[in-house]
Amino acid sequence: MMLKRDKKEEEDGGNPFSNLEKSSVLQEARTFNETPINPRKCGHILTKILYLINQGETIGATEATEAFFAMTKLFQSKDTTLRRLVYLGIKEMSKIANDVIIVTSSLMKDMTGKEDQFRGPSIRALCSITDQMMLQSIERYMKQAIVDKVSAVSSAALVSSMHLGRGSQDVTKRWVNEAQEAVNSDNMMVQYHALGLLYHIRKKDKLAVSRMVTKFSKHSLRSPYAYCLLIRIASKLIEEEDAGSESPMFDFIENCLRHKNEMVIYEAAHAIVNMKNTTAKDLTPAVSVLQLFCGSPKPTLRFAAVRTLNKVAMKHPAAVTACNLDLENLITDVNRSIATLAITTLLKTGNESSVDRLMKQISTFMSEISDEFKIVVVQAIRSLCSKFPRKHNVLMTFLASMLRDEGGFDYKRAIVDCIITVIEENPEAKEAGLAHLCEFIEDCEHTVLATRILHLLGREGPRTPSPSKYIRFIYNRVILENAAVRAAAVSALAKFGAHCEELLPSCIVLLERCQLDSDDEVRDRATFYTSILKQQQKSLNSAYILNGLQVSVVGLERAVHNYTLEPSDTPFDLKSVPLATQPMTEQKTVTSRETGDMGVPKSMEKPVASRIDVYAEQLSGVPELANLGPLFRSSQPVELTESETEYVIQCVKHTFSHYVVFQFDCTNTLNDQVLENVTVHMEGGDGFEVMKYVKCASLPYDKPGITYTLIRLPEEPTAVTGTFTCSLKFIVKDCDPNTGEPDDEGYEDEYVLEDVEVTVADHVQRVIKPNFGASWEEVGPENELEDTYALSSMNSLEEAVKNIVLYLGMQPCERSDKVPEGKSSHTLYLAGVFRGGHDALVRAKLALTDDSGVTMQLTVRSSDPNVSEILASAIA
Amino acid sequence: MDGGILEPSLYSIKALAILDNDGNRLLAKYYDDTFPTAKEQKNFEKNLFNKTHRANAEIIMFEGLTCVYKSNVDLFFYVIGSTQENELILGSVLNAMYDSISQILRKNVEKRALLENLDAVYLAVDEICDGGIILEADSIAIVHKVAIRNDDIPLGEQTVAQVLQSAKEQIKWSLLK
Repeated sequence: MMLKRDKKEEEDGGNPFSNLEKSSVLQEARTFNETPINPRKCGHILTKILYLINQGETIGATEATEAFFAMTKLFQSKDTTLRRLVYLGIKEMSKIANDVIIVTSSLMKDMTGKEDQFRGPSIRALCSITDQMMLQSIERYMKQAIVDKVSAVSSAALVSSMHLGRGSQDVTKRWVNEAQEAVNSDNMMVQYHALGLLYHIRKKDKLAVSRMVTKFSKHSLRSPYAYCLLIRIASKLIEEEDAGSESPMFDFIENCLRHKNEMVIYEAAHAIVNMKNTTAKDLTPAVSVLQLFCGSPKPTLRFAAVRTLNKVAMKHPAAVTACNLDLENLITDVNRSIATLAITTLLKTGNESSVDRLMKQISTFMSEISDEFKIVVVQAIRSLCSKFPRKHNVLMTFLASMLRDEGGFDYKRAIVDCIITVIEENPEAKEAGLAHLCEFIEDCEHTVLATRILHLLGREGPRTPSPSKYIRFIYNRVILENAAVRAAAVSALAKFGAHCEELLPSCIVLLERCQLDSDDEVRDRATFYTSILKQQQKSLNSAYILNGLQVSVVGLERAVHNYTLEPSDTPFDLKSVPLATQPMTEQKTVTSRETGDMGVPKSMEKPVASRIDVYAEQLSGVPELANLGPLFRSSQPVELTESETEYVIQCVKHTFSHYVVFQFDCTNTLNDQVLENVTVHMEGGDGFEVMKYVKCASLPYDKPGITYTLIRLPEEPTAVTGTFTCSLKFIVKDCDPNTGEPDDEGYEDEYVLEDVEVTVADHVQRVIKPNFGASWEEVGPENELEDTYALSSMNSLEEAVKNIVLYLGMQPCERSDKVPEGKSSHTLYLAGVFRGGHDALVRAKLALTDDSGVTMQLTVRSSDPNVSEILASAIA
Repeated sequence: MDGGILEPSLYSIKALAILDNDGNRLLAKYYDDTFPTAKEQKNFEKNLFNKTHRANAEIIMFEGLTCVYKSNVDLFFYVIGSTQENELILGSVLNAMYDSISQILRKNVEKRALLENLDAVYLAVDEICDGGIILEADSIAIVHKVAIRNDDIPLGEQTVAQVLQSAKEQIKWSLLK
């Protein structure tokens, strides 16, 4: 028998609890009802129950209630351990069993009893079963317990009040005097808990909190935890008051840097580093204590110090330079998290010469750190690349070796993103980068990354000096990969064929082979591309291969759906589909560059409905505005009122092929008024004609409403701009601010708004042409206009570029919106579609002259002569 | 990864855990709903264990949390808090937990001993942290509060009061016999 048990124990690693059955353990709980109680045996059973609950076993309410009632019998035993286990049991079961309040009286007896060992834990158990109703009855005892001379009792009462206070503050508020008294306790923990409770009670009252901090900062607390808490309270006050280092609170925090306990010193340094309005000078003392911690034998302290220094380095790299030597020592730290943080900090503060050495150092332990930290390293490298473009060689090699190593999808994606950014930012790094990516897709398990890289190769590869070397890599994908990757490879191949004439015959051969593919999509693409390439027409190549479709996917879906619903003899017109504001693949890089410009969420990867689609949907719901044709463009909202005025009005301009709809989003900020029949009257603009007002029937307080004004554009095709004076007209009715019930009588009133302008940009939709040169040829010189302008008000090329893009409302292509540093001339390429579906391209050659600002030679090509004229004269 | 200032509060511990050398839970306490279900909790523990059981590095940032840990023979002790939390506070709680359990197990910090004294370990953890608030971080005070089977604690580590208490009891028993 004995032998058998030993064997069994060995099998499960000597864990006597590992094979417990819930039902049999609960069965055993009946032993609790036996008299006399055997404390040892019952304690063991209770431990088993606790173990089961702790393992996450779910116990039903009935079972739990049964066990709970059995457990209450154990109060008869005087055994200390058993009684304490019963408290634990009560706490665990308080959430699952019914009628737990029956133990209240037993617990209250223990709480006020003579046995100090029972009093603290019984208070905590009692509060776990107490609800708001019962709180009243124990209030008196809680107050006494808070100021009890036994520290365990006092702490237990304070902590429990804290838990209770989370639900409602009303009761605990009345215990403020007791808490105040407890802060003066000699016991460190009691002091800490009392301070926490006191702050919790008073946190709504800023003045009281401020007084509290002032008082305790002089009072010199004993508990380091209490100090940490006080520092946090103080820094929160500084934050809220937007105060800087002149605040007396700041002095207190700075003084804490000289405390004898490391925990407090670190908390103070951390608080100073995280403050918003700190100068480099304020940081110095904090940085120097962190520097000291870098040499500590305790890993936790080193970790904390480096992490905080890393944070400092983001904003004030110069402040951390003093610690460079200490950080260098941490590069070889056994804790890889510390080493990684040290290196990334150094990368931020270091200079160009140290990059090589640091990179070598990181590569020695890259394999040992977690993916999360690897991504941190990749991000550090990314910023390094833009800081020291000349170092791209070393960094690129490093990134390539990381690509080869094991790693999860997020990590690989971070590296690929990083390489792509480097390629885009630094033309010198392009070929090396593409070569690394080619190598990577040879053995890449992530379809998303492979297709992305193939797309990039198709775009960038043909324009490198030797495009032929990429063909092999791409065609290998066609042979070896899954359908999605094969299709992407086919598209990439076609782009090489379209762009490089000498490669055309071989590309056609390869594409013809792809027509035998087993997948429909791949075959379709191959057939399509081969037939276009065989035409050998530049305009076709540009329109269908190099610069694909430019409509919004959601818009296309809806347009096609509508077309199928209403059968008609006319063929489907692609021009009726709203254009995509940005092609989906570009979205990420573009939005991160011009943050928020297009008002689309940043992390948009799926084709989600864009703003224009939302507006189109909204406008189609207004019957008065039907039959205007497809929506062409919607502008960004413009404020027509100062903020904080009686009425807040925003205007969005929607351009249709012959009309402009002005959408006014109105908010009434007066709670004693209701506006009715709200419209916006517009006047001015030669040739523009107001057609219709769509009124907003009622505009109650704080509920946004919309009114529209429809204007027909002038017949004259080149007259596109105009200024309108606007006034809000409405009927005011006074109302009761509380009920919102309006009076019957109202009177007419009007409110003058700011002017609205219709500019050239309102008629142009941004469109990105990945291959600008091809489009330029595609449109041809037929309607070309060229002129030279002196932009005397511009002082730099960047400024000129920014303003031209703004005036014309077109999309910069080929990254030409970025002016390389130190250049005195630059060429800007812009692409767009003019109202009516006319392609428009602009090439602006800019030169910076010393005396007369920027000189610009503007060339416009378009499929319509009027459009060329409008654009050419827009800048003047 | 970025810090920021934490709301001043007593609630500083998100979880405590003791795992064995296969990453199985021996004890785990979660004090907020970062991991609401038992399945998510165990999954987290498994992943945490895999990341930490080889390198004895004491601290790691993991799944957006700061975890400090310590191991001995076949036991792994973890204290988990927010990444904005003062790492040294978490460290002090870990030390309190380890030291007090070490005293309870009479320096015999291993799985078998821990399971034999599981009741005392539960009581100790209950005295260290209550619902996420640090209740006591001094290991001597914790062991004193647990005060379990004090006759088993070696003489050298007992307080005078404990010695007197046990002496009194022994005399009482000898008289009764």
